[in-house]
Amino acid sequence: MNALDVVLWVVAPYLAITVFVLGHVWRYRYDKFGWTTRSSQMYESRLLRIGSPLFHFGILVVLLGHIGGLVIPKSWTEAAGVSEEAYHITAVVLGTVAGVATLGGLAILIYRRRTVGPVFTATTRNDKLMYAVLALVIVLGLAATIAANVVGGGYDYRTTISPWFRSIFYLQPDPALMAGAPPLFQLHALSALLLFAIWPFTRLVHMLTAPVGYLTRPYVVYRSRDDQRGSRKPRRGWEPTR
Amino acid sequence: MTKVMAQLAMVMNLDKCIGCHTCSVTCKQAWTNRAGTEYVWFNNVETRPGQGYPRTYQDQERWRGGWELNHRGRLRLKAGGRLRKLFSIFANPLMPSIQDYYEPWTYDYDRLFSAPMQDDTPVARPKSLITGENTKISWSANWDDNLAGGPELAPADPVLRKLSDQVKLEFEQAFMFYLPRICEHCLNPSCVASCPSGAMYKRSEDGIVLVDQDRCRGWRMCVTGCPYKKVYFNHKTGKAEKCTFCYPRVEVGIPTVCSETCVGRLRYIGLILYDADRVAEAASVADEKDLYEAQRSVLLDPNDPEVIAAARAEGIPEDWLEAARRSPIYKLIFDFGVALPLHPEYRTMPMVWYIPPLSPVVDVLSGTGHDGEDADNLFGAIDALRIPIGYLAELFSAGDPEPVRNVLRRLAAMRSYMRRINLGREPDESIATAVGMTGERVEEMYRLLAIAAYGERYVIPKAHAEQGARLEESMSGCSLDYEGGPGMGGPFGEASGMPVPVAVENFHALKDRQTTGALVDPEDRQNRVNLLNWDGKGTPDGLFPDRNGRKQP
Repeated sequence: MNALDVVLWVVAPYLAITVFVLGHVWRYRYDKFGWTTRSSQMYESRLLRIGSPLFHFGILVVLLGHIGGLVIPKSWTEAAGVSEEAYHITAVVLGTVAGVATLGGLAILIYRRRTVGPVFTATTRNDKLMYAVLALVIVLGLAATIAANVVGGGYDYRTTISPWFRSIFYLQPDPALMAGAPPLFQLHALSALLLFAIWPFTRLVHMLTAPVGYLTRPYVVYRSRDDQRGSRKPRRGWEPTR
Repeated sequence: MTKVMAQLAMVMNLDKCIGCHTCSVTCKQAWTNRAGTEYVWFNNVETRPGQGYPRTYQDQERWRGGWELNHRGRLRLKAGGRLRKLFSIFANPLMPSIQDYYEPWTYDYDRLFSAPMQDDTPVARPKSLITGENTKISWSANWDDNLAGGPELAPADPVLRKLSDQVKLEFEQAFMFYLPRICEHCLNPSCVASCPSGAMYKRSEDGIVLVDQDRCRGWRMCVTGCPYKKVYFNHKTGKAEKCTFCYPRVEVGIPTVCSETCVGRLRYIGLILYDADRVAEAASVADEKDLYEAQRSVLLDPNDPEVIAAARAEGIPEDWLEAARRSPIYKLIFDFGVALPLHPEYRTMPMVWYIPPLSPVVDVLSGTGHDGEDADNLFGAIDALRIPIGYLAELFSAGDPEPVRNVLRRLAAMRSYMRRINLGREPDESIATAVGMTGERVEEMYRLLAIAAYGERYVIPKAHAEQGARLEESMSGCSLDYEGGPGMGGPFGEASGMPVPVAVENFHALKDRQTTGALVDPEDRQNRVNLLNWDGKGTPDGLFPDRNGRKQP
């Protein structure tokens, strides 16, 4: 374990997490008005109707897969009676299908963004950076899976990468676990850290406000002029008086 | 016990609308003259028959706005329930594209000045505000104004298509009228129900439906949910925007911009009290033709002591109750019975009502050489001219001609009754009796409809003084020492950062106008001096413009 390993697998993850959390808090406090999906559906919907659901549903499955692979310890799934073999096949098949759907969807969306005039005009530099990093993360992740577990002999990340991932949250980081992982997995993890670090400053913030509350709230919302301010704090000296 | 709520409502008297679009233009200047809302008209005036704006928005089989009844007879959003909404959130299949509204444009005016000397007169070509490219203007918010392109365009009118073939043929004896539209501020708003983020809400004090710009995440479901297509997507900020009923104005007791500037004086604003607990029940009556009556039954009589007591219990202030008693809206809906809701079949309980126009009938009658203002002629013609009636019924009473016929008969009776008086003859009480009114009532209605005095048209109670600090504008928590241009300068480009409250924007616009000599945005604006405030001594900073980039001492 050398200094580089510590920087990459201890310092960088904590930095990314800090920026991710504080960045969102900052953005939510100071830029609620900018917190939006910035949909471009008005300009073009034919390509969007294929690409966007493909990408979003794909990445939701990918997210679930990551939770299953990184957060849930191997011992738990084994205790639940899922054999290594069964887990491996499910993960590879589901992961590859979802990964390809995500990448295909992203490809359609990027193609659309570049070729449809109004959509391209509405694309900011921030968006371009975000798309580049996002695509990189997905390509590396898919490549790592395919190289190791589809064409390769199989790599059990649940004995190295997953414990490393959890060790970060236990506040007992173990960089040695990650230092030995195949380079593609390492690159995927690093690019993901980069994505988390820029996340709060991009349009990706819309993910954190996914409207799941819609399922349970009453249809018609009433609000009094009293609480018109919503979640925004008045500036000092401008608090309402009764 | 009823749950009494107050609702600001509007009535428009279509007989007086001349289609001048003043309401649209002043509204646009006030609210949507910004980037991202070029195509947005909170108020638009469309010619009927016509396709409307956005094109064919009334075709709910296509756009699926509003509510419908499920097989158990309960209300559900026509575009699908909650789960379905969330599953189609990544690409809303029912959202109009910019082409369904129209592609906004500007002109390359600079060509007119910068073109070199040449034989041909330079022209300013239209440029799309969406793509920035040269464009060919082929549609707008009122492209089919005054039946322009009638034989080709009008048949695509979804309302006209509902009428039978026979009626369509008779349409060759063309009739038309104007339909100004704003947000309906519905009692049962399907846009609010469609918003996944819960950013849209109905104000409990006055029923105005608004979008919380801080909470809107741009999921676009409200655009689909509204059957009137009166929620718009700002394509620059990525947030929904809609008619605000000019809340900063009505809160201080003055009418909306569209009403204030209406040259025909055809708009009425007033309070309505309604029973909030009965809204869902009334909106889910089985037969669409009963919806008009059901909607009326939700509204409460402001003179009824029980209603007054219940309203007091809900904390509605006395001056609001007084305003509700004087409400022109209540009079037009109940006392005179001439106002009808627009498309009650959408089951949203719209709160902008319309007095259907008698003019098509009078015009056709006069055109055939009859006395268009004689009571008997008019009464007969209203029934004989099924075309306009059928059309109006599709707009205002879910296809039931009876309510429209009754209204038109009352309007006709008013004309004939008042004409006798104006010609110096004896008032003919039988005309009033024929439509179930008294002469006195007819004269009262005439006063409200024809004289239309300002104080009678607009009975708008002020938002409460003790709530003063909680009013919209002082609520936003932004002080007037705000710096920088409106809506600009957030950390993520023009759409981000704190939005500027209207009052601050106006304050700075006025300040700029008073302190600037140039027409548009001079770079040295900050250095300029308002000569009105200059006492003639010395040369303050900015008295003379910069020379060679140096500030004058």
